[in-house]
Amino acid sequence: MEVTVTVNGSQVAADVADRTLLVHFLRERANLTATKVGCDTSSCGACTVLLDGQSVKSCTVLAAQADGRSVTTVEGLAAGPDEFHAVQRAFQAEHGLQCGFCTPGMVMAAVSLLNENAAPTEEEVRSGLEGNLCRCTGYHNIVRAVLAAAAERVAQ
Amino acid sequence: MSILGTRVVRTEDPRLLTVGGTYVDDLRVPELSAAARVTFVRSPIAHALITGIDVEEARQAPGVVAVLTAADIDDLAPPPPPGEGPPADGGGEAAPLPLGGPWMEPLLAVDRVRFVGEPVAIVVCEDSYSGADAAELVSVDYEPLPAVVTIEDALANETRLFPDADSNVAVESGAPAEAGAFADCEVVVERTIMNQRLAPLPMEGRAVAACWADGKLTVWVSTQNAQISRFILAGVFGLDPASIRVVAPDVGGGFGAKIGIDRDGLIVAWAAKHIGRALRWAETRSENLVGMTHGRDQRHVIKIGGTRDGRIEAYRLDVVQNAGAFPRMGGFLPFLTKLMAAGPYDIKHVEAASREVVTNTTPINAYRGAGRPEATAAIERAVDLFAAEIGMDPAEVRRTNLVTADRFPYQSPSGPVYDSGDYVSALDKVLAGAGYQELRAEQARRRERGDTVQLGLGLSSYVEITAADANGGETGRLDVHGDGTATVYTGSSAHGQGHHTTWAMLVESELGIPMADVTVIHGDTDLIPMGVGTYASRSLQLGGVAVQRAAGEVKDQARSVAAAMMEASEADLELDTDSGLWHVRGDPATSKTWADVATHAGPDGLTASVNYTEGQPTFPFGAHLAVVEVDTDTGKARLVRHVTVDDAGTIVSPVQAEGQRHGGIAQGVAQALLEEVVYDSQGNPQTGTLADYAAISAAELPSFELLTSETPTAINPLGAKGIGEAGTIGATPAVQNGVIDAVTHLGVRHIDMPATPVRVWAAISEAREG
Amino acid sequence: MIPASFTYKRAQSVDEALDLMAAGGDEAKYLAGGQSLLPLMKLRLAVPETLIDVGRLGGLSYVRDEDGHICVGALTSHHDLATSELLRRDVPLMAHAAGQVGDPQIRHRGTIGGSLAHADPAADLPAVVLALDATMIAQGPAGTREIAARDFFTDFFETALRPGELLTEIRVPKPAQAGWSFQKFTKRAIDWAIVGVAVQGGNVALVNMAQTPVRAGMVEQALSAGADPAAAAAHAAEATNPADDLNATTGYRKHLAEVLVRRAIEEARGRG
Repeated sequence: MEVTVTVNGSQVAADVADRTLLVHFLRERANLTATKVGCDTSSCGACTVLLDGQSVKSCTVLAAQADGRSVTTVEGLAAGPDEFHAVQRAFQAEHGLQCGFCTPGMVMAAVSLLNENAAPTEEEVRSGLEGNLCRCTGYHNIVRAVLAAAAERVAQ
Repeated sequence: MSILGTRVVRTEDPRLLTVGGTYVDDLRVPELSAAARVTFVRSPIAHALITGIDVEEARQAPGVVAVLTAADIDDLAPPPPPGEGPPADGGGEAAPLPLGGPWMEPLLAVDRVRFVGEPVAIVVCEDSYSGADAAELVSVDYEPLPAVVTIEDALANETRLFPDADSNVAVESGAPAEAGAFADCEVVVERTIMNQRLAPLPMEGRAVAACWADGKLTVWVSTQNAQISRFILAGVFGLDPASIRVVAPDVGGGFGAKIGIDRDGLIVAWAAKHIGRALRWAETRSENLVGMTHGRDQRHVIKIGGTRDGRIEAYRLDVVQNAGAFPRMGGFLPFLTKLMAAGPYDIKHVEAASREVVTNTTPINAYRGAGRPEATAAIERAVDLFAAEIGMDPAEVRRTNLVTADRFPYQSPSGPVYDSGDYVSALDKVLAGAGYQELRAEQARRRERGDTVQLGLGLSSYVEITAADANGGETGRLDVHGDGTATVYTGSSAHGQGHHTTWAMLVESELGIPMADVTVIHGDTDLIPMGVGTYASRSLQLGGVAVQRAAGEVKDQARSVAAAMMEASEADLELDTDSGLWHVRGDPATSKTWADVATHAGPDGLTASVNYTEGQPTFPFGAHLAVVEVDTDTGKARLVRHVTVDDAGTIVSPVQAEGQRHGGIAQGVAQALLEEVVYDSQGNPQTGTLADYAAISAAELPSFELLTSETPTAINPLGAKGIGEAGTIGATPAVQNGVIDAVTHLGVRHIDMPATPVRVWAAISEAREG
Repeated sequence: MIPASFTYKRAQSVDEALDLMAAGGDEAKYLAGGQSLLPLMKLRLAVPETLIDVGRLGGLSYVRDEDGHICVGALTSHHDLATSELLRRDVPLMAHAAGQVGDPQIRHRGTIGGSLAHADPAADLPAVVLALDATMIAQGPAGTREIAARDFFTDFFETALRPGELLTEIRVPKPAQAGWSFQKFTKRAIDWAIVGVAVQGGNVALVNMAQTPVRAGMVEQALSAGADPAAAAAHAAEATNPADDLNATTGYRKHLAEVLVRRAIEEARGRG
């Protein structure tokens, strides 16, 4: 079937098998490989993107369900280091990433979290990221980064 | 002012945060543009004879290029006889080799399967979706055999898994118990405890792409060691290493489970040649949880004896290592466990022995700590059991028995010589940092009141061995170009450790070339033919030193060139490392830049290559204190605070050292509280997806309290030890001890890991009834 | 990881959904948020031949106050339930429980209708609607009908919905007694409940203690007879048959049920 998704502001149209998962549509049809596949039980969150502004696990959404909708991946957050989103800036400042594999999904989950809760407590950040696994950082600096990003946005 | 020791941001991050890393499955290189996809068909049964494989239906399925089984492997040189090692020049002596001989492991299973997940066939398809469909059409007939699953099953030897071997015990080493060793001890405690099987679970699973073209094999692999991978490929395919190129692109975590290239990766490389087409493979998480090697799985008998006033006099550790279906690393892991058995304690008499058994489970290999977390967990449990037996505070028992600071270098009774350390200071820092006395008082108050939620304080004191294979060395090459920028070629292979940032710091510190002008390259055997890679927490103290040395040699060359340029003697020349300018002493006006000097040196600029082989193993140490709350009605334990000292000598990049500690602590806590690979009695995995394998999330952890301590080593010029595995080693026993400490007043003496709610509750119930 | 092939159809109205389902036959399934169904399909534990996407039926996502009831559209997401001012004020048990389902990403997509129709006894909302004595409204080829919560969950992953019927609304009577509590006991935050308890007034429902969510009838009887929370909770495991699995033994679940029921009753009393 023909699926058209607005990805990071641009329309991407492709004829795909009905069973195509959104994550594969993004990686292979939109050629945006930052979004990763990390598991097969919707557990790890590495595939997190925004669908109409809300974080979703793109491995658990059919491309067909995103037809006519708008998706934001980490590639669509900023054009370069000078235009970082507050979350990206904070992740770098706070050393919130090591191998980087979970990072795109983690960043998008954090963006969505802050969109819904502008001044989360540490506990709210931790439970807000319960759907995103990281094996490298122990989450300590990721939590610091999200809190720092929140503080920066609130200050603006 | 040197940049070393200062807090920097990583140079790796802008790319990772914007377009994301390029891991094997993200590669969009010309060689792979027409690559087909590999889907594995794996054994669903733990132990069986293969009586037939029918691939015809699969071969006809849409999108299928080929379906291959062991019967198609007619084009490989026979494997080398057991005992042959890597060549002296190229591969490095680093990774221990499989045992071979009667324990030979095939590529695709031949006539039997030995673990759920073992590869039996591969389907090669135009895309992964067709591959998933076609793989279901491969029909394999299995004749089940009795499954040997637990260590006890293996030792019983009722079913011998390898008919050509005498028993299921593949390796046995260490002295039998010495009669009378504990005879004079006033107190002796003995217990059997488990260090459970874990899944390393890097967020990126295994992934390989391979292309044979124009007489050259190129393999992209998610590995910690490109050069070792090349050596393995050369051996398996009978090729000259020069005709193989291995590339490690971005690697999404390894934790020891991505050392070299494994069996499944070799199958992909072989298939690419056999079919004559480039191939790529990226495993699913379900495959990863049964197909990637597991970690730990040691059974310990710990025996500790000493005086009633707290002096430990004797300790014995008997290890049985479950090797899984094939003893791939031989006795390597329990060897390390025995080596570190005595821990940081001054114990007169220490014995350790080990056996390694095969079972019908996923093979075991290194996982963050690789044998040392097991050693520490064993002795830390023993110390707490001893403390409970004599009614002494576990902190006091530790302080009484830790090797004191005046004893270094210290010859451990288990074998190694600990280079430097101050174990008592680490313990005291952690106790002070946590507010130990106040916490004990709070614990007492809650016990007095009979609160539902009780408090437990868990300690661990540890010492660990890093760069155990230091004699394998590490390489570093530094080029300074005509434009004044520099390129580092390192044999190290970061997969999250941020070496690009740290090696750039070393160059800036040594030469004054700003970090932003230093490019670091790793993981490509065409560019770096010789190197070992990253594991065993070896990289900074070997690879970093190699880079520093190369920088020193470049500096010497530059001095000579600059002297000629400025018509001065070399002795009068100075390099201002803050500005990166060469000038004659006392005459800063006549300065030359690195660009000037490199250009003057010649068309290739300045270059130096170092293979640093003078390193030796080093011994970081520390102490962890875990503050745990246990709900005694439900058994649920919660880590409330975690305070640590992890002393790895001189810290070059504090931000990254902290990051390594954080990550290690999280994995250590996960072992204590949550994670376990579970098999049923037939060898069927019960934790084969992330819905069941309890990987730890941010919601289960507090922020950590890291204290600083830097006790340099004299062994290398940086004074640095390794930090990568320390957090895991220190955290697990502290948390386990903490959970138990919360309920010792109810009569509980021990709870095996993971201390899940049902286990804690069962221990409480049993103690209350007993 | 990859679902088996299927044909995707999108419904623009409830009537169209019913027609597509009638045409699809036995091997057709409705797709709402997909957070229960797609994971099963990716593991090939479910292999429907046709998926009828009802996710765009915007008219079925609402929380409304009607006639002494709070009416919730079946396609309301867990996130929208958890953040609905109206629901949080009038049926806080449901709002709170919805906020505990899965993780934020799952809550953005998953719907109450999808969760109830899926009928996993370990899920949070089935026990909640049971405790609330809610009524399910279903539309099918034969018309619209009402199914009481106590009749809705019939067996393990099975409901009283007839072939082709689409859940359209959950009608919750405004609770007479304000006290409520939701106790979800897990190993990790993201896990399914090992055991859970939903209390609204004197109604007590259990998560993951049987093949379906169940009301703890003996506990309720004890409460109406004036028993204190501990005494009432002692009956929690009666007439249940909890599973023995990776996370818990049967005995442990029974014990947890008693502990959690007592805590839930105490918390509910503290609230009203």
